[in-house]
Amino acid sequence: MTAAAQTLNIIGLAREVYKGSPTTLCAGCGHNSITNHLIKALYDYGVPPHRLAKMSGIGCSSKTPAYFVDQAHGFNGLHGRMPSAATGAKLANRELMVLGISGDGDTASIGLGQYCHMIRRNVDMTYIVENNGVYGLTKGQFSATADVGSTLKHGGTNTYTTIDVCGLAIELGATFVARSFSGDGKQLVPLLEAAFAHRGTAILDVISPCVTFNDHEGSTKSYAYVKEHDVLVNAPDFIPAGKEIVVDYEPGTVQEVELDDGSHLLLRKLDRDYDATDRLGALRTIHESRTRGELVTGLLFVSGDEPDLCERERMPARPLRDYAEGELRLDRATFAKIAGGA
Amino acid sequence: MGNKAVNDFTIRVATVNGSGSQSSNLVLTNAIFRLGVPVAPKNVFPSNIEGLPTWYDIRATARGYRCRTRTIDLLVALNTATWTQDVASVRTGGAIVHESSYPVSGLTQRDDITYYAVPFTELAKTHVKDGAMRKYLTNMIYVGVLAELLRIPESTIEAALGVQFKSKPKAAAANLEAVRVGSAYAREHLPPLENIAIEPMTGATDGLFFIDGNRAAALGCVMGGCTVSAWYPITPASSLCESFIALCEKYRVDPESGERKYAIVQAEDELAAVGMIIGAGWAGARAMTATSGPGISLMAEYVGYASFTEIPAVIFDVQRVGPSTGLPTRTMQGDLSFTYTLGHGDTKHPVLLPGSVEELYEDGMAALDLAERMQSPVFVLSDLDLGMNSWLTKPFAYPEKPFDRGKVLRAEDLSAQPDWGRYRDVDGDGIPYRTLPGTDHPAAGYFTRGTGHDEEAKYSENPDVWQRNLDRLARKHETARTLVPQPLVEETGSAIGILAYGSTHHAVVEARDLLREAGLETDYLRVRALPLAAEVATFIDRHETVYVVEQNRDGQLFGILRNELLPEQIARLRSLRHYNGVPIDASAIVDPVLESRRELAHAGGARS
Repeated sequence: MTAAAQTLNIIGLAREVYKGSPTTLCAGCGHNSITNHLIKALYDYGVPPHRLAKMSGIGCSSKTPAYFVDQAHGFNGLHGRMPSAATGAKLANRELMVLGISGDGDTASIGLGQYCHMIRRNVDMTYIVENNGVYGLTKGQFSATADVGSTLKHGGTNTYTTIDVCGLAIELGATFVARSFSGDGKQLVPLLEAAFAHRGTAILDVISPCVTFNDHEGSTKSYAYVKEHDVLVNAPDFIPAGKEIVVDYEPGTVQEVELDDGSHLLLRKLDRDYDATDRLGALRTIHESRTRGELVTGLLFVSGDEPDLCERERMPARPLRDYAEGELRLDRATFAKIAGGA
Repeated sequence: MGNKAVNDFTIRVATVNGSGSQSSNLVLTNAIFRLGVPVAPKNVFPSNIEGLPTWYDIRATARGYRCRTRTIDLLVALNTATWTQDVASVRTGGAIVHESSYPVSGLTQRDDITYYAVPFTELAKTHVKDGAMRKYLTNMIYVGVLAELLRIPESTIEAALGVQFKSKPKAAAANLEAVRVGSAYAREHLPPLENIAIEPMTGATDGLFFIDGNRAAALGCVMGGCTVSAWYPITPASSLCESFIALCEKYRVDPESGERKYAIVQAEDELAAVGMIIGAGWAGARAMTATSGPGISLMAEYVGYASFTEIPAVIFDVQRVGPSTGLPTRTMQGDLSFTYTLGHGDTKHPVLLPGSVEELYEDGMAALDLAERMQSPVFVLSDLDLGMNSWLTKPFAYPEKPFDRGKVLRAEDLSAQPDWGRYRDVDGDGIPYRTLPGTDHPAAGYFTRGTGHDEEAKYSENPDVWQRNLDRLARKHETARTLVPQPLVEETGSAIGILAYGSTHHAVVEARDLLREAGLETDYLRVRALPLAAEVATFIDRHETVYVVEQNRDGQLFGILRNELLPEQIARLRSLRHYNGVPIDASAIVDPVLESRRELAHAGGARS
């Protein structure tokens, strides 16, 4: 291998191609780390930039699509309404690899309805919640993912029940649900690649501390709190399609998940009893760990059996946007039967 | 006792909804049509599934009028709850066929009309053995009574039943039996109808067919190449998307693979419905949604976004009566000003104003072209009257032109001009060039954002950049003026003009005939879209007085005209409004126009 070849990914592109405009978020923001992990995952996976559709709503998180893969089309839409636009884009051109970036306000408050219905439809896309438990752009109000008892920087305690976007997704029938931490690239990058490989909605809830408004003592989304309470159920290793699985492991210590593009995710079990294909078990673990004040991370649930929206709608492989008048209009005789004149 | 009305009368069937009278009314409508007499049905129904009053007007009209009439000639009274008001709606010299148990006394006892008492309930009990079917077949008994009174041949009724129960010959036979019960009773017990008659005609209905506006619009979407649709059920728009689904299921599915050349999603709400079609439009598919007033309210934010980010989207608004839930099953032209500027800030959209089912079909196609040409949301304003009533129309024309996909740069175009800018006005018409996601070229991508952006789609808060962009969008709106359907003008040199749009057209047609008979010739301009074509102002310049007729309380088109015209032009306008929820009739125009002429003559300023 030459030195030059080593700097290119499997589709022959340099990592540089996966970069975007400089970030305008605060220094130390968890979202910037996620952006960097995304760049690595997109590069490693070999996503062709022109096939990528970067979708987002409104908020700090939703600005980040400008900070990676400059060549790709981006759609910075409305607050809480990205899933509908992403759904429409996928229906128009199912060859697009749709990547949605949202936040906790964008997903769990204003966008909760669209989030739920995207999952119900199993739209083939990756959906990342950059979750910091706080509204950043409007300067520090609680979001609906804030834990009970957590405090605001300038006073105020959350007394309302938290919305767990992972637990909700699993309950709604989601086919891929993972939780990670912006500071844990080792865990996040393989999960992202597995999400790209998954056919259907892949939910990634990434705890991403807000250094400006939610990184203090009393916050449950701070760097310190997450590091202390992060409990990994499994450690993922992504094996691309066509690559041999050479890892040696003791029986029962690794769960192997085959993904839709022929790639594999090897989950080294850190909790020996955790089964990422058990929907009820995943819900129980999420609930129990939250009760204990722990943050459970890893691939929480996966199922490869459900058809995605395009399959359910029996859409052709060819993008709908490419059909021309000759293929879409009725012929003259059929037309006359409906429109008079027959 | 009134004049004899030959092929020029309205039958009103007053019944209770959920009783299955629709089939009977359609059979009667079709039977009259089969005798060569043009017919215009209007369904005035409640927002309810079962048990509330509903009326169905069937207007036989030798002159081919399509609007409603204010008074009626022949009433079929089968709803005791509305008996008194229904009797009052009959013209002098008219007739009433009623359930014989209804009391004819006091307000319901008139000496200027003829009563035909029929024991419908008794007849049904005696002749319809199947208890479950009795409710429905009772309605066919009145078809038989009317057929006898109007001398419609049984063979004609039978043929109409054949159309109504195309796939159910057994049902057609059972219904024919019920028709015969009614006609036999009328033959034996009722005196002939004197003032109302049907005489078969030739030539007036040749080649015409029935279609409702929602289905016509759906057909326009099929022929216009719409492939993605998302919608949320709402009266009176639901049947537009349901018709689109039915057409696609029948004609756009590959018989071998079962693959569908379309994708239709029933969304969770109108916010999502419009979001999906905007996402689809951004990615290059022709996409539409259909809704009514409350849905438009929910779509406001995304429509403003699509206008500012310049994404094609077609939105049908089948208008119903507001504000709020209002009267969901009644008609209004209430969303004209709302849709025209839907969105906060400086926002304006093209709005097409079809006046007939034929134009709904054509505007469906035109809107899909225009949305891609303009890179903009385009509204098509229908209403409940156009959308849900069945209209007799001439056959629609097969489209001969290819789709206009607008200014889209493909990979090969980008190789020639890799330094393109998404929001640059290259051609001076305000319309920029766009690329579609998925275009395999390193220069294709750009960042679509609702925030302030420069010509290269980069974020900008620069005041000059912001204002330059708004000025370009205004230029684009001016371009739309020339691209939208242009007004239709009928001019004979009168000093009096009428200006109208949409379904109001049909009342204007009859009103102009009536005004002519009263000695007042009028000219007519029908607006077919916003922004207003230049022709509108010149028409007003050529007339001393122009009556602006519309179906809303505040005169929404009148308001737009006042915004865009010169003071001396505005001074010539008179606003005429109809807003009670039922479709406008000719007298709602004739009476105020004549009144206004008298007033102007009195003031000494009028020439007619």
